[in-house]
Amino acid sequence: MTLHTRSVAELAAGLAHKEFSAVELAEHFLARIDAANGALNAFVTVTAERALAQARRADAARAAGRAGPLTGVPIAHKDLFCTDGVRTSCGSRMLDNFVAPYDATVVERLDAAGTVSLGKTNMDEFAMGSSNETSYYGPVRNPWDPRCVPGGSSGGSAAAVAARLAPAATGTDTGGSIRQPAALVGVSGIKPTYGRVSRYGLVAFASSLDQAGVLAPAAADCALLLAAMAGFDPRDSTSVDRPVPDYVAELGAPLRGVRIGVLEEFLGPGLEAATGALVTAAIAELGRQGAEVVAVSCPNLPLSVPTYYVVAPAECSSNLSRFDGVRFGHRCREPRDLTDLYTRSRGEGFGPEVKRRIMTGTYVLSAGYFDAYYLKAQKVRTLISDDFKRAFGRVDLLVGPTSPTPAFAIGAKVDDPITMYLNDIYTIGANLAGLPAMSVPCGFVGQLPVGLQLIAPHFGESRLLAAAHAYQLATDFHRRLPAAYA
Amino acid sequence: MSPSVREGWEVVIGLEIHAQLATASKIFSGSATAYGAAPNSQAGLVDLGYPGTLPVLNQAAVRMAVKFGLATGARIAPRSIFARKNYFYPDLPKGYQISQYERPVVEGGSLEIVAEDGSRKVIGITRAHLEEDAGKSLHEGLPDASGIDLNRAGTPLLEIVSEPDLRSAREAVAYLKKVHTLVRYLEICDGNMQEGSFRCDANVSVRRQGATELGTRCEIKNVNSFRYVEKAIHFEVARQIDVLEGGGKIVQETRLYDSARDETRPMRSKEEANDYRYFPDPDLLPLAIEPDLIEAVRATLPELPDEKAGRFAAAYGLSPYDAGVLTASRELADYYEAVVAAVGAGTAAAKLAANWVMGDLSAALNRDGLDVAAARVGATGLAGLLRRIQDDTISGKIAKEVFELMWAEQRPADAVIDAKGLRQITDGAAIEAAIEAVMAANPKQLAEYRAGKDKLFGFFVGQAMKATHGKANPAQLNELLLKKLAAP
Repeated sequence: MTLHTRSVAELAAGLAHKEFSAVELAEHFLARIDAANGALNAFVTVTAERALAQARRADAARAAGRAGPLTGVPIAHKDLFCTDGVRTSCGSRMLDNFVAPYDATVVERLDAAGTVSLGKTNMDEFAMGSSNETSYYGPVRNPWDPRCVPGGSSGGSAAAVAARLAPAATGTDTGGSIRQPAALVGVSGIKPTYGRVSRYGLVAFASSLDQAGVLAPAAADCALLLAAMAGFDPRDSTSVDRPVPDYVAELGAPLRGVRIGVLEEFLGPGLEAATGALVTAAIAELGRQGAEVVAVSCPNLPLSVPTYYVVAPAECSSNLSRFDGVRFGHRCREPRDLTDLYTRSRGEGFGPEVKRRIMTGTYVLSAGYFDAYYLKAQKVRTLISDDFKRAFGRVDLLVGPTSPTPAFAIGAKVDDPITMYLNDIYTIGANLAGLPAMSVPCGFVGQLPVGLQLIAPHFGESRLLAAAHAYQLATDFHRRLPAAYA
Repeated sequence: MSPSVREGWEVVIGLEIHAQLATASKIFSGSATAYGAAPNSQAGLVDLGYPGTLPVLNQAAVRMAVKFGLATGARIAPRSIFARKNYFYPDLPKGYQISQYERPVVEGGSLEIVAEDGSRKVIGITRAHLEEDAGKSLHEGLPDASGIDLNRAGTPLLEIVSEPDLRSAREAVAYLKKVHTLVRYLEICDGNMQEGSFRCDANVSVRRQGATELGTRCEIKNVNSFRYVEKAIHFEVARQIDVLEGGGKIVQETRLYDSARDETRPMRSKEEANDYRYFPDPDLLPLAIEPDLIEAVRATLPELPDEKAGRFAAAYGLSPYDAGVLTASRELADYYEAVVAAVGAGTAAAKLAANWVMGDLSAALNRDGLDVAAARVGATGLAGLLRRIQDDTISGKIAKEVFELMWAEQRPADAVIDAKGLRQITDGAAIEAAIEAVMAANPKQLAEYRAGKDKLFGFFVGQAMKATHGKANPAQLNELLLKKLAAP
């Protein structure tokens, strides 16, 4: 059975027509994980028994006539969503021993929708990284080329979906952590509007930027899963109480008449030529389908990276203070006193990139530096949001590349954090402005995939998904699998 | 001038009061706030700072802050911001405290106190802001280890910051008491200082009389009773003047008051002080307070202590002091008014009731450690007793005895009076008979009195009272005794 070549929507249809059972489906993907995870390192925890138990419940629900659209569909969760009774490591030694006593809202909702959780995926430590190389559990390999990174921080989720070890996976996106890996492994990934999906139970990196989303082969799959994840959660004060549209029903909206703005700032010198050519071709395809394509400028957008690297570290320096060796997580052996407990537990528990960001964040919030860095960054953030607001006065969607280059070699950028940070140059803007954005496969440079990014106004997920879906009806990049995993 | 202030010096004090808000659940979680539960039994995942958990603001705490703001004539910020105060300590689970920094919910209020010279003085309230409390470190009974109890973590606090308008320890205490009374009137804090529901830090500095610049201040922590606030400030003022008169300089620092040794000691200096790295908490939206909410809260405001005291003075003919004592708590004031209502109109009755409430009732409550709500003689019972004084059934002296019996036995005044036969004797013949018996029994004293030893009169009063078991009407007894003793 070639179950894994099917999209989530196709698997859901197969389950509905009783072509196969949820247990058979779970067993199929568990076998694939078993065979391939040694090479890819996409999962840090595989929960086979739990998955089969969930699958049996899904089959029972279907037999009882209580099945929903996702009942029995296997998924994987990025290892920063808390899962009751299953380790949530955040890719860190600090949480290598941490088992949350509760489920994140996203996990709870997907469980309630009947999905089957195969396990927890590898990630950059505390979601800080763009290559999945900062994980305590080692780098994830790109299924298209094992010498390359899969992107990050949701690198495990991205690789798992690209190699079809799971039909879909949850992710989080703070500065591009869903979109950039989705682009680098050739899958679709959506970061919803800030506040659309609850952050409760998501181990925080930068609270004002973090947003949960999903990675799957096709935009239509993302629509199906997002519908189950989205919605107001009274446990998250920043979640928005606003009805969730029927993303699946609205997928069919045509591109004709949709005004699409090409972001000038994203097509500058930093963009690798071959990648740029594929993105330009993809934009032309949108035009062929009737979209009205115009050039748009957001002049402050080039300030995204420096702004982000003040705001995100500031918030992370505070968010990660709770990891002090007192109540949970890593504790050093035989601390001499309180200071020793703190310094050694944190010194041993956190890796170098996390420490770099905690130090940066502590610095920018310090007395005497706060105004020059944190406050200034907040002002620039407002300017960037205003740029987007103006642009969305003229167009319905913005497009551009997701990442300046295809996947790069493992180890190529680890010693140069600034170059690494520039990977997110096109994705960070949407986080700073809280906008929904997604990446869809738009071609290959050599054997490596390239992603097209689409950005919509706040709560414009329906239009975003419909545009991506229209593009995918005309293209097959999202259907291609790496030869080794076909 | 306060005794600890030396000639030529002026004292400047500002207080930071932490009032624990009387909400049923914590400020950012649904955990209960009850005092005295088993350690960590009231600490949920949010209070423990578990990864992934998020704060959700308790609206009851917001309404209480608004209530305080309205009661002190302050501005209620239409939009205030929660900020994180970052520092590491084991009893601070998240590594930061959620507080308000640049934009507090309440700004610019005031309260009036009676200054030392008896004049009224307005004390400015700079701000009052909402924040969460930390947990507690426990060191007792744990050899080589420290325990952490996080039951208190996340308990809502209103931090009330005064202007540096206080000029003596006694003014500071008067202001502290005023706030204490107010928060209990508003029913936003139980005011229990032993349990830490109402705490105070004092910022103290001194300067030469006439100087306009403020001196360097020290912050005194851990002063948890009115008496200790006064003593700690006295000590600190004397210490600072000693340092300055000796040619030294005051170092800005945090000092701890040690009540056992009656002194303040340095805790940490400004150099060692934490850089709290305040920044807006991204997990919480700005707190928006709509005019509707303010008006709804305003409608729940009770008669405030000053208004009540003014009304008591005017309506019952009480001195400002007595009116102040009787309105120190809403419960006591209600008790007093219930007594007055039952005893009847007239300032004499009101004054009698005031004396009894402030005297015997308060003494009995203090002795037994009871709140007025738990008084063993209720307002109706006390009124019943006072009516028997008014109608001459018993004397004021016997009334004290009756009151004690009422307190002990929880019976009405009339039942006690009848059972113990304490009804006052106003029958002249009976009193005369008692006097005659006393005279007959004490011929020696009678002879001496009649020979001019006038001070023996008191002896005969005592003997005659004793003979009537204290029940003789005192005025009648005096009159008859004078007459009888004089007659040869």
